[in-house]
Amino acid sequence: MSSGLKPKIIKDIKVDVDKCTGCRACEMACSAFHAVPKYSSINPSKARIRVIVDELRDVYVPVRAGDCAQAECNGRELYIINGKQYDECAFCRVSCPSRDLFKEPDSGLPLKCDMCEDDPPLSEPMCVQVCPHDALTYEEREGEGEEEKPREELEIGLEALSTKHGLQKVMDALGRMSVSKKG
Amino acid sequence: MRYTETGFNLEIDLTRGNIERVETDPGLTEIHLGGQGTAGKILWDRVPPEVDPFSPDNLLIFSTGLLNATPVPGANRTVVNTFSPQTNLFAHSLFGGYFGPELKHAGYDKIVIGGKSSSLVYLWINNDKVEIRDAGHLQGKGCQETAALIRQELKEPKAQVAAIGLAGENRVYMATIDHANSSASRGVGVIMGDKKLKAIAVRGTKGINIARPTELFELCNRLRKEIYENPKCGDPMAHEDDETFHLDNFAWGNARERKKGYWNEELEKKWAALTRKVRDRETGCYNCPKTCHAVIKWPGRSRYFLKCFNKLTYLMAAHKELEFNYDILGVTQEYGLDGFSTPQVIAFALELYEAGIITDQDLPGFPPDVEGRFYWLIEKIVRREGIGDILANGVYWAARQIGKGAEQYDHNTIKKFEQVTIKLGKVNPPYFLMYATGEKMNITQIEGSYPQDPLPAMEERERFVKDWVAAPNDKFKQMFLKWEKRNDLPLEASCAICDWNEMMHYIDDAIGLCGFLSSFRGQFGGRIPYHTHNIPDLISLATGMDLDEDRLWEIGRRNRNLVRALNVRRGLRRKDEKPPEDHWKIRDPEMETRLLDAYYEFKGWNNEGIPCKETLDKLGLDYVSEDFIQRSILTDNESIPAKKASALNAKNRVRGAGGGYE
Repeated sequence: MSSGLKPKIIKDIKVDVDKCTGCRACEMACSAFHAVPKYSSINPSKARIRVIVDELRDVYVPVRAGDCAQAECNGRELYIINGKQYDECAFCRVSCPSRDLFKEPDSGLPLKCDMCEDDPPLSEPMCVQVCPHDALTYEEREGEGEEEKPREELEIGLEALSTKHGLQKVMDALGRMSVSKKG
Repeated sequence: MRYTETGFNLEIDLTRGNIERVETDPGLTEIHLGGQGTAGKILWDRVPPEVDPFSPDNLLIFSTGLLNATPVPGANRTVVNTFSPQTNLFAHSLFGGYFGPELKHAGYDKIVIGGKSSSLVYLWINNDKVEIRDAGHLQGKGCQETAALIRQELKEPKAQVAAIGLAGENRVYMATIDHANSSASRGVGVIMGDKKLKAIAVRGTKGINIARPTELFELCNRLRKEIYENPKCGDPMAHEDDETFHLDNFAWGNARERKKGYWNEELEKKWAALTRKVRDRETGCYNCPKTCHAVIKWPGRSRYFLKCFNKLTYLMAAHKELEFNYDILGVTQEYGLDGFSTPQVIAFALELYEAGIITDQDLPGFPPDVEGRFYWLIEKIVRREGIGDILANGVYWAARQIGKGAEQYDHNTIKKFEQVTIKLGKVNPPYFLMYATGEKMNITQIEGSYPQDPLPAMEERERFVKDWVAAPNDKFKQMFLKWEKRNDLPLEASCAICDWNEMMHYIDDAIGLCGFLSSFRGQFGGRIPYHTHNIPDLISLATGMDLDEDRLWEIGRRNRNLVRALNVRRGLRRKDEKPPEDHWKIRDPEMETRLLDAYYEFKGWNNEGIPCKETLDKLGLDYVSEDFIQRSILTDNESIPAKKASALNAKNRVRGAGGGYE
C-alpha cells in the first residue's frame, strides 16, 4: 500500500433479537465499564446499550447508542416481522428528544457507544462478553478505504472552534495573532 | 458512603396518603444483611401480634435483596413479607424479574406499605418523585395488562411494574403479585388487594456503589460464564421434554393418586411438539444467564410466562393433558392466581361435589365436564361469587366453612396452607423436620441443599462427595457416604441436614439470590454457583462488610430465629408442626416425637418450639426474649437444653474460611 496505512477495520456488534433473553446483563456491564472509577457504580440508565422490551408482544431488542439528534424524526413506522409488531424506535440508535434512552440521567447529555475502547484494548466490548446466548456478537471486518490517520489534538481543537465561529473568523483571528506576535 | 444499599426506605401510609423517605440504620445491615432479614425486624417492631392481617396496621413490605443491582449474577429477587390471613402467620414470598434492581436505582431498599386506601390506587415511584395515583380505570384488569397500561399512561416503557389481578382485588387467599416473568405467591397478593393497591410502578436512574469494584466485577464475569455452562443450575426442567419427575412421582387430583408409569415416549413426543409450537422464547431474570421462564403464546390468550412447575399443576389436578394446562394458565395468570394452591383448591371442590357434600344447589349452572368445571370455579373464585367466596379462602378454611365432613378432604395442608402434592412411602427424617418446622409454608422454600435420596453404590457416593462444593463441611460428606436407606438417618444428622437446608434459604432471602443458583441446588452435587464458602466473599466485595462463614451462619440463624419469634408471638406452637397424616404411608409417631425433640434442642428452642432466652440473647435478639417474658411466652427461669444445643450448633457451623472444616 502506497500510503503505508492499514486497511480500515470496521468494528461492529451483530444483534440477534431471537436469541435475547431480556436479562439486561449488557446494560449492567456497560454501565459498570463506563463508571469512573471503572466498575464502581452500576446504573443501567447510563448504559450505552438498552434492551427494548415489550413482554406482551415478545419484543426484545438490544439497541446500542448511536448519534445524537437535535430533533425527533417524523417517521414512526410499524414493522411486522414473523408476526410480531415492532415500533421503528425499537431499532433506532439515535439519542433523540422523543425518548429518554441514551441520555446521561443527571445532565441529559447524549451517550454514545464507544465499543469499550480501552488501553490495553478489550478482546470484545463488555456487553458482548456478558452475553453468553450470542444475542450480541462482535465482528471485525475490513471496510473500503484505509484506516484514518489519528488526528492531532490541535487539529481537533481548531475544528471545534471553526464549527462554533466559522472557519473565516478563526483564520482571521490566527492572522491577527501572528501579526501582533511579529510586531 | 453506603455500598450496594441506598440507605433509604420508602414509607407509604395508604390511609392518609402520606409518603416518606426514611433513612435506615446501617447497623441493621451488619446483623440482618437485608431483604427478609431486615423486613422481619420491621414486622417485629411495628406489627404487634394482636394486629389482624386485614387490619390497616398490618404492613406489606417489598424488600430488595442486599445484592440486588450489583454485578452478582442472579441476585435479582425481591422479597415480599406481611402477615397472611390464611395462616395468621408471617407470609414469605419472593419474585424474580427486574423489580428489585429498579427499586434500588430509584433510591430505595424497601417499600413499607401500611394503612388502607379508600379506593383502588397505584404507586408510581420515579426516583425522588413518588405519587399515589388513582387506579379506578385499572379495576378488573389482568396483571400484565395492568403493567402495559401503566407504562403507556406514564409514557415510561422502562418502568417495572408489580400488579395484582382480579383475584388480589377481591382478596382471594391464593392471589399473587405478578411482575414480568415472575409471581409472588403465598399470601401477599391478598394483602395488596386488601390495601386497595393495584400496582407499584418503579423507574430509577441512580447508581449503586460497589465497595471493591474490579475484584467483584471480574469474579462475577467468571461466575456468569460458569452459571451459563452449568446444566445443573437454573431450572433444568424448564427445558426438558421429559416430565417423568413430576408426572410419575407427584400426586394427581386433590393430591390423591400417584400415576407411576403414566409418562411414555409417545406422550413425550406429543407434548414436546406442542410446547415447541407455542413457545416464543425462553427468558431470564435481571443479570442472570439462565432462561427459566418460557414465553407461551396460546391461541386466544395473551402471552404469558411459565413459572416452574405450574406447567403441570392444573392438568394434574384435573387429570387432563398439556393443552388444558397451557390454556387455563392464560386465564389464571392474568387473574393473578397462584399455580400451586389454586388447582388444589379446585380439585378439593370437585371431590366434595362427587361426595355430595356440595351439590348442584351450591353450584348453579355447573358444567358437566371437568375442564368446564375448572374454568367455572375460577370465575367464581376470583369474583368471590357463591361457592367461590368460600373456596377463595383456601382448602383449610373452605373445608371448615362448608362442614358436613368436608374437613376430611383437607388432607394436604400444614399450618392451614396447601402443600406440594407429594405422597410417599416411608418418612425421610430431615423432610419430616422441614415440613413440620418450616416457617415458609412450602417445602420448595426450605429444602434443596442435601440430596433427597441416597445413592445406591458406594462408588457413586464417593464420586458425588468428591466435588460437592456446597457441603459446608466434611461432616455432611460423611453422612452422605454412610446413608443407605432414605428413612434411616441418625437424629443428629437429620437435624443438621434440616438446619443447613433452611439456612441456605434464609441467606438467599436476605441477599436476593435466586434459589435455583443457590439454596435449591446443593442437592445435585458438583460445582453449584453459590454456597456458604463463596457467599461471604461476594458480600464483602460488594458491601465492604467484613464477613466470614461463621458470621454468615450467625446472621442466618438470627434471621431464622426472628421469623420463628414473629410466628411464636402470633401463637405458633408444637401442636401446629404436623405434616399431613397421609404424606407418608408408613408413620412412626415415636420416632417423629424424638426427631422434633431433637430438632428443638438442636435449635436452642424449648419443648414447645419457642426459642429460649439464651438462644435469643446470644444472637443479639434480647428485645425478643424480653418481649416473650413480658407476654409470659417464656418464663423468667425457664432453663433450656442450651448446653447441648450450643454444642450441636457449634458442630454444624464451619470455621472461618481459611481454617479447615470439622
